[in-house]
Amino acid sequence: MNYEFGFYVFMLAAFLGFELIRKVSPLLHTPLMSLTNAIASISVVGAILISGEKDATTLSRVLGFVAVVSATTNLVSGYLITDRMLKMFKKRGPAKK
Amino acid sequence: MSFGVYQALYIVAAGLFILALKWMSAPATSRRGVISGEVGMLLAVVATLLRHEVVNYEWIAAGLIIGSAIGVPLAMLMPMTHVPQRTAISQACGALASALIGTAEYYRLKPHGFIMGALAIEMLLGFLTTTASVMAFGKLHEMLPSRPITFKGQNIVNLGLLGVAVAIAVVLVIHPEYSYLFPIFVALALIFGVLMIIPIGGADMPTVIALLNSYAGLSACSMGFALDNKLLIIAGALDGSSGFILSIIMCRAMNRSFTNVLFGGFGQIQKSVAGQEARPVRSATAEEAAGILSDARTVVIIPGYGMAVAQAQHKIRELHDLLTKRGIDVRFAIHPVAGRMPGHMNVLLAEADVPYDKLIEMEDINSEMGLTDVTLIVGANDIVNPAAQNDSGSPIAGMPILDAYKSRTVMVIKRGMSPGFAGIDNELYYMDKTLMLFGDAKAFLASLVKEISANHD
Repeated sequence: MNYEFGFYVFMLAAFLGFELIRKVSPLLHTPLMSLTNAIASISVVGAILISGEKDATTLSRVLGFVAVVSATTNLVSGYLITDRMLKMFKKRGPAKK
Repeated sequence: MSFGVYQALYIVAAGLFILALKWMSAPATSRRGVISGEVGMLLAVVATLLRHEVVNYEWIAAGLIIGSAIGVPLAMLMPMTHVPQRTAISQACGALASALIGTAEYYRLKPHGFIMGALAIEMLLGFLTTTASVMAFGKLHEMLPSRPITFKGQNIVNLGLLGVAVAIAVVLVIHPEYSYLFPIFVALALIFGVLMIIPIGGADMPTVIALLNSYAGLSACSMGFALDNKLLIIAGALDGSSGFILSIIMCRAMNRSFTNVLFGGFGQIQKSVAGQEARPVRSATAEEAAGILSDARTVVIIPGYGMAVAQAQHKIRELHDLLTKRGIDVRFAIHPVAGRMPGHMNVLLAEADVPYDKLIEMEDINSEMGLTDVTLIVGANDIVNPAAQNDSGSPIAGMPILDAYKSRTVMVIKRGMSPGFAGIDNELYYMDKTLMLFGDAKAFLASLVKEISANHD
């Protein structure tokens, strides 16, 4: 396996993350956190691989299942609430002269 | 390594995650960012389901359905004032998933060397973030006392515990077959998560939540190394760096270091304060305050965590509308650490329909505070305390503050004279130009609104 390659990917993604996040307006820090929190639920990929395996033991089936549930909870609620928050940000309030 | 459909989808998903963060930078494009993130995640899930290793779908389908059934109400029914709690509990779920996957992989493969190392990091960060986030949830939801709990030798105990956990992890990397050590490792990681949050007080939560966010991302990233999955590495690294940079921003906004936040036990009531005699303050009624506000030309409102507690954001918006209609320039000054998570105040004011171009960051508004007629402080304390600038012995010395004391008149809506989170007295309250408006924030704002619309039209 090519661990070296993995480290290059990690380094580049981390630097890119720093540059992108630094540009985010403090206005949006809360939705930003919900969004990155939702993106971290990418671990659902690992959970699916574990619980969908052909000859999985009961233990890994159960662990995988709980992992799918909790990752999905994080994923669904994270994206939905981010969108709910962003919908509220308006440039001009309705009650203006 | 063959290149198939799922690898292609993973690459597209990674690109969409990057675009999601890029579009998040401004309110105008931010919703596009969320959609991009959602599509990326959908592609990642579909691609994984297509992989030939995945043959058993019942458990996955059940898990996805149950997870969605929990996630949808968690997002849609949560009041906006509870966003910090929601973030904490959601983070606990994500970290738990990551930790359990690591556990399953360990029992399945008992891998040696590099993979076991990656799994150990994944599980250590995953398990400790799980319990730490649950504890943070408890503190934010006020099920647990939000004051820090400290005991003698706490830091030594905590670091010792972490040291033992790491040592066991190292042994497991060398000898994965010593599986009796594994439950001990898991237990230590879980306990460390609890102990880590106990000494942290409510106002330090913005930093800690951001840091835990970073840990959850790094845990997913380690999983990427263990499973040799570049998508996990990229998404985890994006989240890891995002959480990390936010916690740095929060620390800087308090002029404190990471170590101080994590090990300082900050925010205990200072003994010296209790000894002082009560000093006179000027207070005013809603009627008097309404008169001053309606005669002002420029008003700056400074919200703090107290606004969230009192759910006063809608009344603040009514006051803003009323004063704006009279031709008064009303703006909001937002301190980076006001509230319980980064950007907390902005979300609440946006919820109350305050246009976001009225929400001004600290660096931009401080230069104009001297030209402001009235500053109205609602439920904020330490972030306007001039002691941060004048008293080098103060616990908050050097913390950047909103220069409320420079404006011509200062009004403070407050329940009583109790000190703020840092447990120190606020010089601002005793200044000649300061009027204390005692009462519940929401009720007081309501009477202000009533007075202004009745008597000053």
